[in-house]
Amino acid sequence: MFVRRTLPLLVSAIFGIALILQFFVPHPASKSFYNMMLDWLIIVSAFTYLIAVQSTVELHVTKIKRRVEGWQYSIIVLVSLFVTAILGIFGGAFMPTTLWMKIFPSVKPSDTTPLMYTYLYMQMPMQSTIFSLLAFYMASAAFRSFRARSFDATLLLITAGIVTLGRVPLGEFIYKGLPDVVEWILKYPNMAAQRGILIGVQLGIIATSIKIILGIERKYLGGGK
Amino acid sequence: MKFINFINNLDKRWIYLVLALCIIIPFIFPVGFPMKTTPPVKSIYDFIEDSIPEGGVVLIGADYDPSTMAELHPMAKVIAAHALSNNLRVLFVTLYPQGAGMAQDAIDNVLREWNKSNPDNPKKLGKDITLLAYVPGVSAVVLKMGEDITQTFNEDGYGNKLSELEIMKGIKNYNDINLMVELAGSSVVLTWLIYANGRYGLKMGIGTTAVSAAEYYSYLQSKQAIGMLGGLKGAAEYEHLLDKKNVYGGRKDASIGMDAQSSAHIFFIILIVLGNIAYFVKKKKEGK
Amino acid sequence: MKNKTFFFILILLSFVLSFSQNETFKDENVLKIDPAFLKEFIIKDVGNDDGTKLEISCQKILEGNTLLFKLYRKEENDTILKLIKTFNSFPVKIVDEGLSYQKKYEYYISATDSSGEESEKCLIGGSVSPKPNIFKTDKTILLLMIIIYTAIIVFLVESVRKGKDLFVRKISGLDTLDEAVGRATEMGRPVLYVPGSSTMSDIATIASLNILGPVAKKIAEYETKLIVPNRDPIVMTVAKEVVKESYSEAGRPDVYNDNDIFFLTDSQFGYAAAVSGIMTREKPATNLLLGMFWAESLIMAEAGNTTGAIQIAGTDAVTQLPFFITSCDYTIIGEELYAASAYLSREPLLLGTLKAQDYFKGFIIILITLYFFILIISWLTGGHLVFLDKILEMLRFIFKS
Repeated sequence: MFVRRTLPLLVSAIFGIALILQFFVPHPASKSFYNMMLDWLIIVSAFTYLIAVQSTVELHVTKIKRRVEGWQYSIIVLVSLFVTAILGIFGGAFMPTTLWMKIFPSVKPSDTTPLMYTYLYMQMPMQSTIFSLLAFYMASAAFRSFRARSFDATLLLITAGIVTLGRVPLGEFIYKGLPDVVEWILKYPNMAAQRGILIGVQLGIIATSIKIILGIERKYLGGGK
Repeated sequence: MKFINFINNLDKRWIYLVLALCIIIPFIFPVGFPMKTTPPVKSIYDFIEDSIPEGGVVLIGADYDPSTMAELHPMAKVIAAHALSNNLRVLFVTLYPQGAGMAQDAIDNVLREWNKSNPDNPKKLGKDITLLAYVPGVSAVVLKMGEDITQTFNEDGYGNKLSELEIMKGIKNYNDINLMVELAGSSVVLTWLIYANGRYGLKMGIGTTAVSAAEYYSYLQSKQAIGMLGGLKGAAEYEHLLDKKNVYGGRKDASIGMDAQSSAHIFFIILIVLGNIAYFVKKKKEGK
Repeated sequence: MKNKTFFFILILLSFVLSFSQNETFKDENVLKIDPAFLKEFIIKDVGNDDGTKLEISCQKILEGNTLLFKLYRKEENDTILKLIKTFNSFPVKIVDEGLSYQKKYEYYISATDSSGEESEKCLIGGSVSPKPNIFKTDKTILLLMIIIYTAIIVFLVESVRKGKDLFVRKISGLDTLDEAVGRATEMGRPVLYVPGSSTMSDIATIASLNILGPVAKKIAEYETKLIVPNRDPIVMTVAKEVVKESYSEAGRPDVYNDNDIFFLTDSQFGYAAAVSGIMTREKPATNLLLGMFWAESLIMAEAGNTTGAIQIAGTDAVTQLPFFITSCDYTIIGEELYAASAYLSREPLLLGTLKAQDYFKGFIIILITLYFFILIISWLTGGHLVFLDKILEMLRFIFKS
C-alpha cells in the first residue's frame, strides 16, 4: 500500500511544491535543482520509448500467436518496426556519419540515407493521405449537420460562410474587404468567446494541479477512490 | 421535390468525389487569384526583415510530421529562405522524432534552392543553418533550452558537436535568439508560448494549421506572439511577400495550392446551402 | 546642450595637454576621459536574479556625440579585459550577463575617435560582485493569487468535510456515461476509450484518466470489453494502472486484459488513422473521446459516426469543440472535463475544489467588469480623474502579473 499509494502521493506533493517554490526563488541553488529536475525529466522521457516498443511487440505477437482476424497486418507492423530501427541505427538518420561507416571505413557516404529514403517515400505519402481525409470528412460533416435550426445556428452559419470565403483569394476577388472582415471576426467575437472558455479551462487546470499536489485527487493512480 | 429527396439521401461518396475533382482540377488549370497580406503574417515578415541585425538567429520549431506538411512545410521553407536572405543564422529544432525528418527535408531544399539562385552568396550547413538533434522530453527540452542550448542537445541532427559548430558562436540560451517561429498543428505551440515566452521572454511567431489558427488570436493580442501564419493561406501570403524581394527561386508550394483551396471552400459553401435548402423544404413539408 | 559642450571641451583639453606632454612617445594614448565623467557611470546589481547580472548605466545626456565608447570587464584577480559592449548614444544602460556571484568584477571604459584612436581604459567605480536573490519580487502578485486560490480550495474542502451541501449543475454528457456503457453490454460490443492525443504534461490527459477510473469500474461490473489505444507510452502505463485497479475494485481482476490497453504510434495522424481502423474493425458500441485533441479530432469522430456508435467526446481544445459537437452525441465542453472526476464520484473533497473554481472565476469576472466600467468612466471624463487612472494602472498590473 505504501509503495503503490502513499509513496507516489508523497513524491508528487514534494516535487510539486518544490517546483512551484523554485519558480519564485532565483537563487543559484534553486536554479541548479531546477536544472537537475529537467535533466531527470529528459532521461526518463527517453526510456518511455522502450515501454512503447515493448507494448507494440507484445500486442502484435499475441495477435499473431492467436491468429486473430487480420493477424497478417501484425506481421507487417513488426517487420516495419524492426527494419526502420535497423536502418536508423546502422544507416544513420540524415548524414553518412553512421555506425556502419565507423565499423567499415570503406563504406562511402551517400546523399540519402536508407532511413531518410523510407521517410520521404513511404511515411510522407501515407501520413499526408490521412491528413487529407480531413477535407472529405469536413465536407460531409458540414453538409450533414450545418443547418440553420435556430437563430444561434443561423448566426454561426453566416459567420462560418464569411470566414470560409475570406480565407481564400477567391473571397478577396469577390469582395476586396472580405479578408479584413474575417480578421475582425477572428480578432474580436471569436476571441471574446474563446477567452470565456479559456478562463474556465485554466482555472480547471490549476485546480486539478493543486488537487494532485495536495493529494485530494488520486484517481490517476488507479481505482475509484 | 425529386431534387430535394436526392439531396437528403445523397451518398457521402458523391460528395467525396466532387471534392476530389474540385481540388485536382485547379492544379491542372490554375487561375491565380491575387492575394492580400494579412497583418499577422506581415508582422513576422517585417520583424525578420527589419528588426534582426545581420548575423542574428532565427529558431524554427519543426514540430509537425508528414501528415500536416501540406500546410506547415511551405512555412518552414519560406521562413528559412527569408532569414538566409537577410544573412541571419537559422536553427531548426524539433520536439518529436518525426519532425526531424521534416526539418532535414526543409534544410536540404532551402540550401539547394538558395545556392542555385545565389551562387555569389552561398550558404553552408553548420555555418548558416542546421538542425538541433532530437532530444525527448518536450516541455523539459523547451525549459532546458532556456538555460543552455548546447548542453541540452550536445550535437546537431547530423552528429556534429554543437560546441564546435560555427553557427553556434555566441548562442547560449534564449537571450541570444532573436525570433522563434513555432510550426505545429498541435498544442506544442502552447508549450513554447507558456514556457519559452512566458518564462524566458523568447520572442515568438506561430505557424499552424488552418483548423487550429483561431485558437491563437488571443496570444497575438496579448503580444505573446508577434504574428501568425495560419494554414496554407498564411504560407502563401509569406511566399508572396518574399517573392517581391526577388532573392529566392524556390518552388512556391503554398501559392500553387491556393486555387485548389478556393474551389474547395466554394464547394463547402454550396454544400451547406444545399443542405439547408433541403432541410427547410423537408421541415415545411412535415409542418403541412 | 550644456553637458555636451562641457564634455567636448574636456576631451579636447585632455587631448591637447597629453599631446604636448608626450609628443615624443608615439605609442602613448592621446585621448583621455575626464574623471568627472567617469563618476556619472553607476554599476549596480540586477534584482530578482540568480546573481549573474550587473547593470552599468550612465544617465548623462550627450547629444551629437561622435566618439565611440567601449565597455570592458575584468575579473578582480585577472589581467584579461573582455569587451562587453560598444556604444555611442547616451543615456546608456547595459546589462552584463553570465557572471558569477562568487567573483568580483571591475569595469573599464575607453573612448575612440573617428580616426580609430582609442583612449586609455579607465576604471569605473570599484570592484563589484552580483548578488543572488532569494525571491522574485516582481512575481509577488502571482504567488499571492496561488496562495488565495489554494486557500479557497482548502477552506471549501474543509467545509464540505464538515457536512456542507454543495450544488453542482447537471452535465448531460457525464450523466450519459452509464447509459453508454450499458448499451455496449446489451449489444455485446466493446467500449473504446481514447484518452486524447497528448502527453501526461497536459492536464486534460490527467482529467481524462480520472474519468477512465469510474468508467472502467462500471465496465468491469458489466463484463464488457474495454479498448484503450494510446499515443504516449507514459499515458499508456498510467491507463493500464488505472484500469487494472478499477477492475480489482469492482471485484473482477480476472476480466482485465493487459493487451487491451496498448500503444499505437506517436504520430498524430497515424494515431487517428489507427483509432479509426479500430472503430471500423471492432465496431465498438460506445466511443469515448476524452482528453486533448487537435486537427485529428474530426477524423476519429467521423469514423465513429459512420459505424453508428454512441459517441461522447470531451476536450478543452476550443477549436476542436465544433467538430465534436457535429459528429458526437454528447460533448463535454472545456472546464466540464475537469469537473468530471468530482461529478462522477460525488466525492465531497473533489466537489469542494469545484466550488473553489467557481468562486475564483467570479472574482476574475468582477475584476474584468470593474476594469471595463472604470475604463468607460475614464474615457467619458476625458481621462481627467487621476485616481481612476491609478486604479486602472493597478488592475493592469494585476492582470499582467
